[in-house]
Amino acid sequence: MTTLTDPPEESFRLSMLINDTRYRSYTFQFIALMLLIVFMSYLGWNLVQNLAEQGQNISYRFLGEPSGYDINQTPIEYDSQSTHLRASIVGVLNTIIVAFLGCVSATILGVTAGVLRLSPNWLVRKLMAAYVEAFRNVPVLIWILIIFSIMTAAMPAPSAFRGDAPDASMVFGAVAFTNRGVYVPSPIWGSGSLIVVLLFIASVIGVFAYRRYATKLLYDTGKLLPMGWPSLAILVLPSVIAYYILGQPISLEYPELKGFNFGGGIHIRGSLIALWFALAIYTGAFIAENVRAGIQAISRGQTEAAASLGLRPRRIMNLVILPQALRIVIPPVISQYLNLTKNSSLAIAVGYMDVTGTLGGITLNQTGRAIETVLMLMLFYLLISLAISGVMNLYNNAMKLQER
Amino acid sequence: MKTSVFFAAMTAAGLSAGAAAAGTLDDVKARGTLNCGVTTGLVGFAAPNANGEWEGFDVAVCRAVAAAVLSDPTAIEFVPTTGKTRFTALASGEIDMLARNTTWTFTRDVDLKFEFTGVNYYDGQGFMVPKALGVSSAKELDGATVCIQTGTTTELNLADFFRKNNMDYEPVPIETNAESQQQYLAGACDVYTTDRSGLAATRASFENPEEHAILPETISKEPLGPLVRHGDHEWGDVVRWTLNALIAAEELGVTSANIEELAKGTNRPEVNRLLGTEGTLGEMLGLDKDWAKRAIMVGGNYGELFAKNIGESTPIGLARGLNAQWTDGGLLYAPPFR
Amino acid sequence: MSDTHSQTAFVRTEVLPEAPPPVYEQGIVKWLRENLFSSVANTILTLAAIWAVYYLATATGPWILNGVWTTSSLTECRDVLQGDVGACFSVLAERWNQLLFGFKYPDELYWRPLLAFALLFVALGPLLFFKVFPRKFLALTAVYPFLAFYLIWGGTIMVPVFALLGFVVGIIVYRRLVLQSAAMGLLGAVIAAFAFWYATGFITGPMANFLALEPVPSRDMGGFMLNMMLGVICVSLSLPIGILLALGRQSNMPIIKWISVVFIEFIRGVPLITLLFVANVVLAYFLPPESSLDLILRVIIMITMFASAYIAEVIRGGLAALPKGQYEAADSLGLDYAQSMQLIILPQALKISIPGIVNVSVGLFKDTTLVSVISMFDLVGMIRGPILGASEWNGVYWELFGFAALLFFVVCYSISQYSQWLERQLQTDHR
Repeated sequence: MTTLTDPPEESFRLSMLINDTRYRSYTFQFIALMLLIVFMSYLGWNLVQNLAEQGQNISYRFLGEPSGYDINQTPIEYDSQSTHLRASIVGVLNTIIVAFLGCVSATILGVTAGVLRLSPNWLVRKLMAAYVEAFRNVPVLIWILIIFSIMTAAMPAPSAFRGDAPDASMVFGAVAFTNRGVYVPSPIWGSGSLIVVLLFIASVIGVFAYRRYATKLLYDTGKLLPMGWPSLAILVLPSVIAYYILGQPISLEYPELKGFNFGGGIHIRGSLIALWFALAIYTGAFIAENVRAGIQAISRGQTEAAASLGLRPRRIMNLVILPQALRIVIPPVISQYLNLTKNSSLAIAVGYMDVTGTLGGITLNQTGRAIETVLMLMLFYLLISLAISGVMNLYNNAMKLQER
Repeated sequence: MKTSVFFAAMTAAGLSAGAAAAGTLDDVKARGTLNCGVTTGLVGFAAPNANGEWEGFDVAVCRAVAAAVLSDPTAIEFVPTTGKTRFTALASGEIDMLARNTTWTFTRDVDLKFEFTGVNYYDGQGFMVPKALGVSSAKELDGATVCIQTGTTTELNLADFFRKNNMDYEPVPIETNAESQQQYLAGACDVYTTDRSGLAATRASFENPEEHAILPETISKEPLGPLVRHGDHEWGDVVRWTLNALIAAEELGVTSANIEELAKGTNRPEVNRLLGTEGTLGEMLGLDKDWAKRAIMVGGNYGELFAKNIGESTPIGLARGLNAQWTDGGLLYAPPFR
Repeated sequence: MSDTHSQTAFVRTEVLPEAPPPVYEQGIVKWLRENLFSSVANTILTLAAIWAVYYLATATGPWILNGVWTTSSLTECRDVLQGDVGACFSVLAERWNQLLFGFKYPDELYWRPLLAFALLFVALGPLLFFKVFPRKFLALTAVYPFLAFYLIWGGTIMVPVFALLGFVVGIIVYRRLVLQSAAMGLLGAVIAAFAFWYATGFITGPMANFLALEPVPSRDMGGFMLNMMLGVICVSLSLPIGILLALGRQSNMPIIKWISVVFIEFIRGVPLITLLFVANVVLAYFLPPESSLDLILRVIIMITMFASAYIAEVIRGGLAALPKGQYEAADSLGLDYAQSMQLIILPQALKISIPGIVNVSVGLFKDTTLVSVISMFDLVGMIRGPILGASEWNGVYWELFGFAALLFFVVCYSISQYSQWLERQLQTDHR
């Protein structure tokens, strides 16, 4: 028997930096780091040289100066004397608004289409497949432009509402669909409206409490309480009663044709609608595919097992399939939300004043501070992305299959 | 090794790395083409026609410069730029000059470090409305929805105008001229605002131009002109004096029709100096003596260019107005050639 | 037994002929019943769907059928239609070349991009249907980029030839040195290739007219051709970079890992449009003052970076999906890192990632339309800029955007069908 002896202790040789696996990774990392540093300083040096040659500098002072331009959709107080920084914040808020609206509607659309794609109904199945394929395979920019064109060309101009025999009229006398956007009534909060609102919130909580109680009762005693109408009653009755007792404190302000435009009410601008719809429909198609894949990933055995327990198809879906499918569906859906948020930067094509339109658009044009503004823009989107992926990681960890 | 690798990679990709920055004039001569920044399309000023050739009033300035420097008015790369990209394109050297109806303002000249080499069109911002709206003055526009093409000084002037007159408005910012037109024609905005020349050009392309009126108010001063990078004075001089040569030619009665005749020598010293039969103006610029003659021969003098591209006989139909020679009560006043 | 039989009053001795099923249980009626009207809810859905189809058909049908193809302006279209509903497809006919090639690519040279496009299929064939073609056909694929470059950009043939030879030299050197050490091989190959390119750079200058096609500057490219070019170039460039990034991210060397992670997450965190802004207005500041990369090249750089981050993530998924045993088996055979990656891990991981890569490519191809936002005249840029801006065609939106949508749909849908087919081909688990 030969015994294995340690190799003789070698003294360190230079070639070991490349040939010895113990040291090689250090060599590589060192080279990579050096290359990175060289590359970065090369870029930096060029930047410094270019700026010096043109007599320019990097400065964020412009953020404190008056912007000088107006923005149509301003969630916070803003006018042309506000600073560029404020204009950027308005843009950020507008981005968040359209991203939020888009995500909500894309989810509704996507889940509906995804479930319908598996429906037993042939026609509906094919129709949904057509929707998904049509929207997945055409660039979102083209959809945004098409929907914007539809908005502009197919809706009546406000002038069509004018005169004794107008070409167009408001729906229910309250909502006006025009090519400048949709005007809807806005609520006016009178005195006492706070009570109604609080009461309504309380009823929402009440509904949940009732449902929880009913479920508990069902599990404990097997007694099945009715769910539908009591929930509705709890939700609606107290607020309605309070509303009338307090003398109808909340009223609606209807949009009215004044001068060039509709005045009063809430104006949902055409650019917002076009962007919102296009993003929702486009992303919805992707979510539909995720949902379909998620549902199909649940093995047929689950459906059959549930059916053999005597559950009806609807309940199989709600109680057995969906809870399992959600685990698979949610991570890709969240990354679709991320995509939607990033795609909202295409607002620039329809003149929606999101952060790309204000900071990356007019501010950049007016100040000529390209590096500064583009950097800020990228940082903003990066922050949003990191936030969303943070949420996703939290969810993934929480939903990880409890392995036994 | 770094640069050699870089250049090798560039050669492999079949690219020409521009020669060292000796001066734009030498660069242009060495390259054999002039890179000229223009708009992405504004009929009358710079737009590709159906054959893809650029034509228009701004384009004519580029062609004149190319003719003066390179003796070939077609040796030009037209680089379409948007409001956002034009200044970077110029600053980074991607283009040698920018002729993109750009307003000469203090900040652009001083803060952004560009050199405006003159004014080829005196403009001002105006409003266009459908006649059916029954508006006759911009002061009546309280509450109107206004379409603006972004990336210009237009937004700022508009904000100032409405603030000054205590009026409300709803801005609809649009990227391209074509889309602004679509919005305006569909009635998605009541008013379209941009430079008056642009309004005229836009109106000319409508199906029924007579249904739209340009309001009398001019709310801003917009001296539009070609510009070059700060600090390269030789090149700046070439562009400046090419433009001046076009203007002076009109004043002196030099046209594309009679220039051959006049170039043989006349008894008017200023014409002789301009056309190079007397004096050494061309050499002082770093060009030959026929530079101005070539520049004028491309499309004629300023007046001819104006008439051909945007004048009253064209669909755009702009009157000379402020852009008449100073002798006719306009603002065009070329410094003397001597 | 027989008795009981004989006592029965009636016995059927022959089998009854099969009666046809009831009319509602056969043929189209059954199909309709089962598929469309099986329940009340289903019936409602069906009716709604029929209404939707009918509505779409009546809205677009006459419009398409009445389409006018031969006029030279929108006004003439309206005259021809005389108030009827109808499309003005004449714009497509008149601007066909501009839509496909942009407005500056010389007419007489259209055969070059067309040939390059046709050859694309020849080059992609061995790659896409690798089970059908023998491996040596992949040489076609390897030559294609250089050929396509020569065809589209023109210039002397020496540039693509030397570029190709540079790679060949690099590979030869690598083969030689890799026996000694993989790291040496890589380093030697890179140096050799660059040295070769640098040296031949002196030859291409004087030989600028050798077998030269008329050069076309990249600024003159536009239309759908530009979308195709950007898509194909950026995807193929981003594949190797994506593989390196994915390996870097999986690596156990912290510095390399962190460089990869930061790069990938940064690029994936920002919208493509901001990267295009960088290409358009910022990148010029970071390049040496005397160099001038043209816009299309800067855009290619940024889109490639964008695509490689996404492809890296897809490949990382593929790497992670491989059972750990594969890594361990490779190690136990005594293969070093390069060998185990090249021979064991990557072939399997790439195979798993192909559908993902195809999806990323389709997404990227669609995203090439964003270049229209930075004033490049791709298909959408041509429509939004010169064509809609021309006075003859001002107002022809549906026809143009519909055409663009159709073009993209055809390409993307075929790619995604291919991807699904491939997924079925690659399925090795027999369920």
